[in-house]
Amino acid sequence: MSIDTAPSAGATALDATAAVVTRRDIQHRLLMTLGPILAALIIAGSILLAVGVDPLAYYSFVLKRGLLSPLGIQQTLTRMAPLLFLAAGLIVAFRAGMWNLGGDGQFLLGAVTAAASAPALVQVMPAWLALICSFVIAMLVAMIWSLVPALLRAYQGVNEIITTLMMTFLGTSLANVLVKLVFRDPGTTVPQTRTLPVEDRLPRLFDTTITSGLLLGLVAIITVHLVMTRTAFGLKLRIVGANPRAAIHAGLGVPKLTVAVFAISAGLAGLAGAVDILGVQGNVRADWNPAYGLAVIPVVFLARMNGFAAIGFVFLLSVLSIGGESAARRLGVPNHFTLVLVSIVLIVLALAEYLDHRYNQSRRELKR
Amino acid sequence: MTGLFGEIFLSALLFGAVTAAIPLLLAGLGEQMSEKAGVLNIGIEGMMLAGAYLGFVGAFYSGSLWLGFLTSAGGGIAVALVMALLCVRIGLNQIVIGIALTLGLEGLTALLHHFQFSRSYPRLPAVDVTVIPLLSDIPVIGPALFRQHLSVYLAVALVFAMGYVYRRTQLGLNLQAAGDKPAALDVAGIDVVRTRTIAVLTTGALAGLGGAFLANVGAGLFIPFITNGAGFLGIVLAMLARGRPVWVLFGALLFGVCLSLTTAMQVAGINIPTDVIQMLPFLAVMIMLVLFGRRASLPAALGIPYERGAR
Repeated sequence: MSIDTAPSAGATALDATAAVVTRRDIQHRLLMTLGPILAALIIAGSILLAVGVDPLAYYSFVLKRGLLSPLGIQQTLTRMAPLLFLAAGLIVAFRAGMWNLGGDGQFLLGAVTAAASAPALVQVMPAWLALICSFVIAMLVAMIWSLVPALLRAYQGVNEIITTLMMTFLGTSLANVLVKLVFRDPGTTVPQTRTLPVEDRLPRLFDTTITSGLLLGLVAIITVHLVMTRTAFGLKLRIVGANPRAAIHAGLGVPKLTVAVFAISAGLAGLAGAVDILGVQGNVRADWNPAYGLAVIPVVFLARMNGFAAIGFVFLLSVLSIGGESAARRLGVPNHFTLVLVSIVLIVLALAEYLDHRYNQSRRELKR
Repeated sequence: MTGLFGEIFLSALLFGAVTAAIPLLLAGLGEQMSEKAGVLNIGIEGMMLAGAYLGFVGAFYSGSLWLGFLTSAGGGIAVALVMALLCVRIGLNQIVIGIALTLGLEGLTALLHHFQFSRSYPRLPAVDVTVIPLLSDIPVIGPALFRQHLSVYLAVALVFAMGYVYRRTQLGLNLQAAGDKPAALDVAGIDVVRTRTIAVLTTGALAGLGGAFLANVGAGLFIPFITNGAGFLGIVLAMLARGRPVWVLFGALLFGVCLSLTTAMQVAGINIPTDVIQMLPFLAVMIMLVLFGRRASLPAALGIPYERGAR
């Protein structure tokens, strides 16, 4: 029941680092990235126009609120922290040819366990140790949660797209059950976990409101990128992603590597939940589900599974979502528009890449 | 609590199960056709949402449920057309485009709903039921199964029609070949791209109809994200049914019962949080996958775009 649909970049990822980057190359890549984004902005803008919203006013408002105002840019950078962890987790999975679409369930379970453990732990140990322990617990819980799809894929060949999606629906409900029944703060009437005091949360950077979780996220994604491109372990995973059968013939323990990939990917998603709770939210309210996991998937594709490019796209997504949330309150355009925009960017970019490939191919044939 | 297992309760439970099962059935049948032809259609959730939204709009403004079904099928086909162009014709990655379509339509239908209906939240009137004489007089089962909207019977009839198409017609064979060995189909002189396009567009139509049933017959209104994973459940059903429409029907009914239990237990006043009950259908899927996952068989060329002359 397995499907050979390794992410397309997985196959080319092996030689990607060896390519000599010329100036023309960079120009071409910039054009291939910015062109589709511009086209998508125009298409999405026409949707806004159709529902009676001035797209230019909307875009400039989003830009102003998400990027150009001092408060906005700080919120944007803070928002990046969980998204970077999630993107790092997806890069590992996608490069190894495994479709971990269960990020949201892993994220929420990580968030809930971090929210439950941190306020309890700060009472018995120093805050910094409590934070570290909470991070580790969140990571372990998310890893365990991914074990079912991982084992099913590794030893039974059950398609992981389906299992991770099912586990994400289950995880979302389970997180709610935990908040409402197990970890509920008896001191409040609203169902939510106990709140971690602000002074015990992750420190903020300098005199800003930016969380230091941003730095952790950057470290995570850069580490993942380097491990995937520069180490033997990363090479093994990319071989599994490019051709699982060849990997078996090369003597790699594919089932064990599969479980490892799921564990790393889910662990990073759990850390994403923890960093959002321990740095920003302080508690988990019942029915809280920001659904970052699904929104990050297109970002990772757009970045072609490159860690550094992903940082840029995560920044863009943060600007869009912070600006979009603000626009929802002020201009009455629901934040759902961000989803539309992101998906149009993804489709147009995929299309542009195809056309570019075709153009290059026909030119090569002409030369012959 | 005395009426917990009384006749009326059981009958209501079964009735709800059938209503909940039909959207899953339509989605599952649709996905089955795509998968048979070698296209893994992750965008089905988006197609259902497009169908649910357009079906509701059509039924609301025209006052006719059947016109609503027509517009919903059109909506599903429109989304499927994008998928067919991008994934079948030019061979882009089916999973990437599928996710993009699902995300985009989640956003788009929620956006349109916000600007159109968020102040009034209009509802459709309750649907008429078609009573089947004699059969509907059977206790418990009668009122549950044989006093349903006409579209329910049509959906069940579709199961057998699909079975016929797969087993007895040239199209059925072509679809199977497009998924198992597209090159062989091509050599036999039949256009693989065309066969797969037919399959994807049919999936769109069925998913759209499923969405419309969910919104118009089941709920009587459209709300954002109304499908809530029904499309994904359809994908699971198709995978477990091993290419046989009848198994999609059985699976859909099983999940229908799980979903129906959610409401029934609340009505009966059993004090379990809704979240626990909401986990039931997904838990059932996971258990089924653990038990039968190894035996589920998928077409050999599933998810691989066909390119003539490629190795």
